[in-house]
Amino acid sequence: MADQQSPRAEQRTEHRSIRILVAKPGLDGHDRGAKVLTRAFRDAGFEVIYTGLFQTAEMIASAALQEDVDVVGLSILSGAHMTLFPPIMAALKAVGREDVLVVAGGTIPEDDIPAVKAMGVAAVFGPGTPLQTAISFVRDNAPIRLDSA
Amino acid sequence: MPDARHSLSARVIAGDTSALARVLTRVENGDEIGRAALERLYPQSGKAHLIGITGPPGAGKSTLVNEMIRAYRGRGAKVAVIAIDPSSPISGGATLGDRIRMTEWHADPEVFIRSMASRRFGGGLAQNALAVASVFDAAGFDPVIIETVGTGQDEVAIARLALTTLLVQVPGMGDSVQTLKAGALEIGDIIVIAKADRPGANELVRDLRRLQTLTFDEAIDTASWNPPVVKTSATTPFGIDDLIAAIEKHRDWLVASGEMDVRRRQNAATELASWIQFGLLRKVAGEGADSDRLLEQVERIFLRQSTPQAAAERLLNELRRAGG
Repeated sequence: MADQQSPRAEQRTEHRSIRILVAKPGLDGHDRGAKVLTRAFRDAGFEVIYTGLFQTAEMIASAALQEDVDVVGLSILSGAHMTLFPPIMAALKAVGREDVLVVAGGTIPEDDIPAVKAMGVAAVFGPGTPLQTAISFVRDNAPIRLDSA
Repeated sequence: MPDARHSLSARVIAGDTSALARVLTRVENGDEIGRAALERLYPQSGKAHLIGITGPPGAGKSTLVNEMIRAYRGRGAKVAVIAIDPSSPISGGATLGDRIRMTEWHADPEVFIRSMASRRFGGGLAQNALAVASVFDAAGFDPVIIETVGTGQDEVAIARLALTTLLVQVPGMGDSVQTLKAGALEIGDIIVIAKADRPGANELVRDLRRLQTLTFDEAIDTASWNPPVVKTSATTPFGIDDLIAAIEKHRDWLVASGEMDVRRRQNAATELASWIQFGLLRKVAGEGADSDRLLEQVERIFLRQSTPQAAAERLLNELRRAGG
């Protein structure tokens, strides 16, 4: 199959868009950051599934599965990341999507970043991160998905 | 090649959600694996009722779909939703935001919601929308609900794909002259007045019904289908059971009148034409719409050395000579 030879090249030539889920877990209602990122990803040519506020771990995992996304972006400004992220990672694993690239944005203190990354979050984009940084990271790290017919 | 029993398509038939999600992506992208899976699944499709939903942006289509999921789940049906939103004409990206109205079904394995970008296909649809619907159909979902891009007056393609088309209107969008215009208003098998708790709903129902009498008084024909006007509201809520009943009635009418097969053949013809167009453009232009051959003709048109019609004719003739 062509996509076993040079997957990333094939992806480029087929103009296949990166599919990314943008979700806000937990109870904080500050969705401006998530909306700014949604817009930036859209303008970068990604297909963004925006699920909005108050998402539980199970909602995020179910959407990631059904939408077959390559990337999950979590935006959090409540400070509850240490509590909310582990069940999300567990729920993604439970639906068989541990291969998805998970990135996070919002107010996550420097001190917590190593722990958040240890949970499996690939990158944390704090306040002031240039949009291009997030876009480039997603583009370079979105997983290549192989299937056999 | 893996064992056929473990192939993606076999897993889809067996009810494997991960395999279904993957096949949908492959079919949507139209790649080799997707085409192979579709070929295996297509013979199993043709059982589901395809319900198309169209109407202006913000009319409440996604919210209505959510209420329809609830009603169909109450009846024990396995429901699939294809929610299409527009792709950017500039970046090719898309914000798919219909799912946000349907998040309450995450724990229900009998509800599958898939967002789809239009990928610049016209008419409020996506090139592979019907292919994706066929996969859901083969996987045993019935009904399959297709929510189009928010549309205006003239995006009527959905009526050529769906078996029952719901046209969603909302109160307060203009006077009764709007209901006289050609286009979208002609394609609804059922006209839904969403947000009917708002002022103006009864006036809109009256205008739409009067419009129908302008047509139907002339030739009252009991064998034909007169699109019912159904008021719904998701806030109160009301009207959803009436809507489901109207859809069932329409389905029964399609079967009894023989119109079902007429529509299925029409769907086949529409899809065939669409894929011929798609394939021809690829053949004429080469891979990608910015091939040299195409650009050369664009330049000639730009310089007013050729009409667009003659340029197209030239490219098609080249194809014919090449034996394509």
